[in-house]
Amino acid sequence: MNDATPAKAALPISISRLTKTYGKVFALDHVDLDIESGEFLTLLGPSGSGKTTLLMVLAGFTRPDHGSVRFGDAEIIRSPPHKRNVGMVFQNYALFPHMNVAANVGFPLKLRKVAKPEIEARVERALETVQLGGFGGRGIDQLSGGQRQRVALARAIVFEPRILLMDEPLSALDKKLREHMQIELRHLHEKLGMTTVYVTHDQREALTMSDRIAVINHGRLMQLGAPKTIYERPANRFIADFIGESTFLPVEVTAGKAMLEGREIRTASPPEGEGRRLVLLRPERLHILAGKAPAGLNVFAATVRDVVYQGDSFLMYAVMAGGQEIAVRGLTRSARLSTVPAPGARVKLGLDPDETALIPDDEAR
Amino acid sequence: MSAAAKPHARELKSDARRERLALLGLCSPALALILVIMVIPVGWLFWLSFIGESGDFSLENYARMIDNKSYFRIFRTTFEVSVLTTAICVLIGYPLAYFLAHLPQRMANLCMIAVLLPFWTSLLVRTYAWLVLLQRKGLVNDWAIGLGLWDEPLKLVHNLSGTLIGMVHIMLPFLVLPVYGSMRAIDRDYVKAAANLGATPTQAFWQVFAPLSLPGVLAGSLIVFVLCLGFFVTPAVLGGGKVVMVSMQIANNIELFFNWGAASALGVVLLAATFAVLYAASRIVKFDQIIGGGHGGS
Repeated sequence: MNDATPAKAALPISISRLTKTYGKVFALDHVDLDIESGEFLTLLGPSGSGKTTLLMVLAGFTRPDHGSVRFGDAEIIRSPPHKRNVGMVFQNYALFPHMNVAANVGFPLKLRKVAKPEIEARVERALETVQLGGFGGRGIDQLSGGQRQRVALARAIVFEPRILLMDEPLSALDKKLREHMQIELRHLHEKLGMTTVYVTHDQREALTMSDRIAVINHGRLMQLGAPKTIYERPANRFIADFIGESTFLPVEVTAGKAMLEGREIRTASPPEGEGRRLVLLRPERLHILAGKAPAGLNVFAATVRDVVYQGDSFLMYAVMAGGQEIAVRGLTRSARLSTVPAPGARVKLGLDPDETALIPDDEAR
Repeated sequence: MSAAAKPHARELKSDARRERLALLGLCSPALALILVIMVIPVGWLFWLSFIGESGDFSLENYARMIDNKSYFRIFRTTFEVSVLTTAICVLIGYPLAYFLAHLPQRMANLCMIAVLLPFWTSLLVRTYAWLVLLQRKGLVNDWAIGLGLWDEPLKLVHNLSGTLIGMVHIMLPFLVLPVYGSMRAIDRDYVKAAANLGATPTQAFWQVFAPLSLPGVLAGSLIVFVLCLGFFVTPAVLGGGKVVMVSMQIANNIELFFNWGAASALGVVLLAATFAVLYAASRIVKFDQIIGGGHGGS
């Protein structure tokens, strides 16, 4: 086989009723999640949400209270880690400091009693895959952070596992390198095709890399969907708040209409049910309207409080008559800063009904 | 001109010098103490060892060690006892340190106090306590016979086994501490990574954990071995005169024969042997690891 061959068939992962408690706290609360074969799925959540616990259960390092985890057809909930045959990239890489690069990458092959010449060939091939060909003789302490990251990756894929787990693998890298590695990991996934479960608390990273995102909080799966769905149709206020920037306006839904202080707010799909909802306002989706507002837009009148210059864009904070705050982002290219309303000015902000989403107000929980 | 191009250069340099001097001043009492209680007496012993019975310069104190077979035996006993004590300490102490290193921190601290407790009791008291426990009609023999482990009272003391039991007991904390320290410094993720890559618990231990804890084991062994070389009280009491170590021969030379020259020569040879061991060890382990007692981490 040559290195363009994807790993043996990838395996789907099926998680059901998975629960882990620490004392009275649920780290995982009856999680049901099906991960498709060959998919790049990201577990996204704040620290302490349970996303790492879930990954550790998949790897076999944490024993859950009950539940089921299947790799393909095989139930693995009770298998010890060394029998699971999944690749894993640790947050701190966990490269063995007493072995050089080649010994680290060859370690899983040696354990599998692969013949020595084949080990050498496969180690070199794995290192080439992560663009570290010829680095085998280096010591771990001679590598930069980015190189260690690649070695850890090579070690995790060299034995061609059908499932790859990654625990915040890029969090120790600086911003530039991190963004570069995001693209590279994504390419590598397309090339190798193994089912990948990726843990991060960085929402932008999750949006950049994933086929689907599973948002986790308080040990529960809050929403599962493609990045676009998660961003544009968040299931609740927590997700809308956690992913991207947003401000919220409370509205009342009565008789299929969302009403804000006596005016109707038009939405992409007619609102269902009755009662209090929140209008999700993404700063970059709001227009600052000059002159007469075009028909059909939802218009919010407000007074500018602050304008913050952020290089590529500016962020304007405005306050509505009722005291609600709205943030608006504009590119500095499309609006010269001198035309941006100054603090104290009254502005009208427009939002396309197609981009207007209502979400349940779950703050009370 | 230079003052203008490099403003305050001279003042900053003198500030730095003053700080260094202040630091030196702080440790000068300790330095003086080491000079008085270490360097001067050792130098004086070194000089004495070259003075013969006639009072003139002579090598007779060293020649005696080569000519007299009993000295060779004493050195061999010293090394044997030290090697055996060290080996037994490693066999007992390594699993203990492993257990402690895997306890939650708070529990480990409590257990560590238990390990260190003997340090706060007099060495002499502990040694005589062993004498009471191990003698013919002592607690150990009574219980073992009562339980049917052996029929006749075993000779557990006034011989090599008594010496080893006492010395292992006293030396164990010196081994456990550095080994525990080096194990605590090992990131748990290394063992997890090994398991993830397919290593059974046994393979993960021998191929990952054991090599990473090795510096701590070497450090602890070295400390125990070097301390054993000069040990006096325990072998003297529990060995019952049958296990003669260098330190005891030194005492004999002074107390029985009042021969300072012979005693000094033995001391010098023992010191040289100790340095030789330390030097050999330093070729294997880096000294900061011995003192720091841990692996550098990742």
